[in-house]
Amino acid sequence: MADKVLILLGTKKGAFIAASDTERRSWSLSGPFCEHWPMNHVVGDPATGTIYGAGGNEWFGPAVWKSTDLGATWSHSSAGLAYETGEEPIKAAWSLTAANGRVYAGVQPAGLFASDDRGETWTPVKALRDHPTREHWQPGGAGLILHSLVVDPDDHDRIWVGISAAGVFHSADGGKTWEPRNKGTRSDFMPEDQRYPEFGQCVHNIAKAPGMTDRLYQQNHCGMYRSDDAGASWQSIEAGLPSSFGFPAAAHPSDPDTLFLAPLNGDIRGRYMPDAKAAIWRTRDGGKTWQDMRKGLPQENVYFGVLRQAMATDRLAPAGVYFGTSSGELYASADEGESWTEIAAHLPTILSVETLVVNG
Amino acid sequence: MSGPDTPRTTGAPGAAGTVTVTLAGALTYLFPGAPRQIAVPAATVSEMIDALDAGWPGMRDRIVDSTPAIRRHMNVFVGGRRARLDTPLMPGAAVFVLTAISGG
Repeated sequence: MADKVLILLGTKKGAFIAASDTERRSWSLSGPFCEHWPMNHVVGDPATGTIYGAGGNEWFGPAVWKSTDLGATWSHSSAGLAYETGEEPIKAAWSLTAANGRVYAGVQPAGLFASDDRGETWTPVKALRDHPTREHWQPGGAGLILHSLVVDPDDHDRIWVGISAAGVFHSADGGKTWEPRNKGTRSDFMPEDQRYPEFGQCVHNIAKAPGMTDRLYQQNHCGMYRSDDAGASWQSIEAGLPSSFGFPAAAHPSDPDTLFLAPLNGDIRGRYMPDAKAAIWRTRDGGKTWQDMRKGLPQENVYFGVLRQAMATDRLAPAGVYFGTSSGELYASADEGESWTEIAAHLPTILSVETLVVNG
Repeated sequence: MSGPDTPRTTGAPGAAGTVTVTLAGALTYLFPGAPRQIAVPAATVSEMIDALDAGWPGMRDRIVDSTPAIRRHMNVFVGGRRARLDTPLMPGAAVFVLTAISGG
């Protein structure tokens, strides 16, 4: 029986953990952990209960932190988390996922590493780093970063990564070979006749729908998309949204047609909540229609944003939905977005939100 | 037990060219049990950092990047001057590993 729900937060000044029971009515917050490092992504491995944190510190460089006791104690390693001598050194670890005994870490400058010993040592996924398109990858606003990582839970050899601003790349063989998967996604920042390139798109976040082998969702700098063929092609699903611009996309734990987004007012309009009123937008039909979910969220003078890894669902029923803001608030819904409660405030800028349900 | 003012020694007993290293507090926080001051045998800054890494695995990665070079926001001072990895160390040298002004 599941008895504890953890919200894992990466912030600009350390990791935090909010904990509750499965009712998810009251929460206790602990942290900051990881010596106040900027923590770009903190995830839990449901198979082992291990918590991993991807970070990078201006003084000490990149590392993946680890806790095997639900946050009580932490260690860190960057053994092997390095490029060849002479290449631009890795600045920070940015994204993590744990699947089938392997942990993947995405880093800046963009690259992918894997660990088969629970984060103690890392080896590069060289085929992505050596991809023939790499010399043409251009950094996004925050740098050239591999920030989105999706591993198919039913076939661990199928991996999708999102790189800003190189686009989505896919491997069907556990990382041995890679190909761009960006057909149908727009690059509004390119000349008019070059807006649908093979790669170079500014992907913001990728989410895999549960229970459908080939369905993915993608929030892009330039639009919101769904793919039903494992990313081989993408269809716009932004009609009905207040903006085509946003960062995170959070899939429902069991319904492939349900998705949660946090649209912002636009890339050159301040990147805050549209009309300065907070809302999470939900589809129940794979993106055909959208509904704004506002109950319990502030509706006046809301100038926060929600960053690319800062929204998540839990695996309970009804699903919990959580998002953290650039101004340090953490909001939670225990009813699939119908109503919201602020469960923490005054935190550092929240960079990532993930959940871990611990069985008792 | 050594106090913070008593240099701890690592490496081969009686090794020639022992230097005394003072570590930034922020660095020792990352390696529980690491002292603020330690004596290690080393003829260069790089050898000194290797000796630290032997005692506290991973410490080299926190001071040195993959260039390899001392990290941009870390400073190693020898004789009052900023040192590089290949800076030679005289026996008895006092070395300071400090965090530069950074952050936000």
